[in-house]
Amino acid sequence: MKPQPTHIFQKDISNCGLTGFVSKKGTRVEGAVIIKSIALMHDRGNGLGGGFGAYGIYPDYREFFAFHLMYENSMALQLTEEYLENNFHIEQQEDIPTRRTKAIANPPVFKRYFVKPLETDEYRESVEFQGLTEEDVIVRHVMAINHEIEGAFVVSSGKNMGAFKGVGFPEDIAEFFRLEEYAGHIWTAHNRFPTNTPGWWGGAHPFTLLDWSIVHNGEISSYGINKRYLEMYGYLCTMLTDTEVVAYMLDLLIRKHGLQPELACTALAPPFWDLIDQLPRNERELLTAIRQIYGSALLNGPFAILFASNKGLIGLNDRVKLRPLVCAEHGDFVYMASEEAAIREICPHPTKIWAPRGGEPVIAMVDGMI
Amino acid sequence: MKIDAQGMYYRDLNAQIRDAVSSGTTSIELDNVNGQYYIGDGVNKPVTITINGVPGNDLAAFMNGATIIVNENAQDNIGNTMNAGKVIVHGHAGDVLGYGMRGGKIHILKDVGYRVGIHMKSYLDNKPALIAGGKAGDFFGEYMAGGILILLGMYSDDPKKAKHGYLLGTGMHGGVIYVRGDVDESRLSKEVGVFEMDADDLAVVKGFITDFCADFGLDVQDVLRERFVKILPRSKRPYGNMYCPMPK
Repeated sequence: MKPQPTHIFQKDISNCGLTGFVSKKGTRVEGAVIIKSIALMHDRGNGLGGGFGAYGIYPDYREFFAFHLMYENSMALQLTEEYLENNFHIEQQEDIPTRRTKAIANPPVFKRYFVKPLETDEYRESVEFQGLTEEDVIVRHVMAINHEIEGAFVVSSGKNMGAFKGVGFPEDIAEFFRLEEYAGHIWTAHNRFPTNTPGWWGGAHPFTLLDWSIVHNGEISSYGINKRYLEMYGYLCTMLTDTEVVAYMLDLLIRKHGLQPELACTALAPPFWDLIDQLPRNERELLTAIRQIYGSALLNGPFAILFASNKGLIGLNDRVKLRPLVCAEHGDFVYMASEEAAIREICPHPTKIWAPRGGEPVIAMVDGMI
Repeated sequence: MKIDAQGMYYRDLNAQIRDAVSSGTTSIELDNVNGQYYIGDGVNKPVTITINGVPGNDLAAFMNGATIIVNENAQDNIGNTMNAGKVIVHGHAGDVLGYGMRGGKIHILKDVGYRVGIHMKSYLDNKPALIAGGKAGDFFGEYMAGGILILLGMYSDDPKKAKHGYLLGTGMHGGVIYVRGDVDESRLSKEVGVFEMDADDLAVVKGFITDFCADFGLDVQDVLRERFVKILPRSKRPYGNMYCPMPK
């Protein structure tokens, strides 16, 4: 196990800002739009983390897993590339285009690889005898790189999507990664104000696995319970930040256990017992079962999260709504953000704008993906 | 005077507002506001600030005597520890409105979010009042210690939504909440009870509603046609025995 980085303990008023939108018809929108929305909430962060999740940005490589890698040293790069060559067919590899900017000091190195798993003996063993899917194998490799190669971190690993994140304000991170050059049908963005965990490049949001990405405002007080539960299923938490567990939890509940997104959200933020007691029998039994089976998946503490995949965008609040979340609709676009103004900045006259209830997910799926 | 706030950083905007107020301006109109925080905070002169656009969080905090008119929706934390004056919002507003408010009025035409009226308080003639014309989220009147909350449930964007959320009046130990029509008793906290209106209550509600309707051009009779109920705390010290029994 690699040593834990030392860090300056941050403790200040908790804030963070998040915003995101989806085109249900799959219309691709340039990066400038999401930058405008998150930049409006500049003061919700403190310059210690900004990031973006973008979907539909690599149509030419849509069949390949797009690995975004962050390297803190050249040894990490060398070891990771050896690892990738041993386990993957690499269709294309390149530096992630960046731009030198004053605001971003000492960035790590970023590269991306469009890959497919090689049919190695180990791969065949996993798929034919251990009952794993191709996605499971990818998850295993992501965990291995994050856990075993010091200074190498998989920033994202899904098809036709990517995460771009680092230490800085989100608009600075966007400039650094030349985000205006990408176009996608789902975008999320995060402005970080780290409170309980370090502000470092890997700790910026979104947190990802396969094509899941999570941006989060709040704190997961149940992190310890969630982390231990996930470890039983082979997920290793290496990013020093509570939000990571949400990404892995949704992968477990939705992809592995086959829960519908709405039910997975119920597991993360279920109603209180005295409310469950008042419900009709069918609902009461369902919710009781969810709470019993997924007690360790429950996220305690204040949160507003956006999680995205190629299939759509979902917003969720904690049960008593201790963090803000506003949603809006206009045409086939659905917007979700910490502040109404962040939506109005890019969609001045939505047809509908509302604040969802705590624990009640807002689910916006891309057409044909339900 | 007019200020075009298009793309303006909140500090610059608020500096201009403060300069205008201290130079004696009595009416300020802000155009193209979107998300600028802290507008009207600490303003202690009877100036009227009209906002065209969505103001940012913490509107009218510590405000003492000014009037703010928002011709749009508003966000979270309006009127934190407000002392006097008035905020009128011609749309919906977010969470934690009137936090620790100790005087003045907040009028929201449509829905309000969670924890509205949290820890409002009153002292002698200082009685804050917050009226929501739409529906409310959970914890309406949480830890309320004084003042008046009125919920109409009439002017909502969502006809399917419940009039009020869960745990209404959690920890309430002072003040009064008036609700137009019925309340859902399964959604009340243990600390409060529902009471019939008496003549004094009706007079109070009529007074506040008349002012509310004047701000939005609504028909007073239309609002008063339905009966109201009164919600009061059962105890002045709901948590007095939480950790150890206290002498009566």
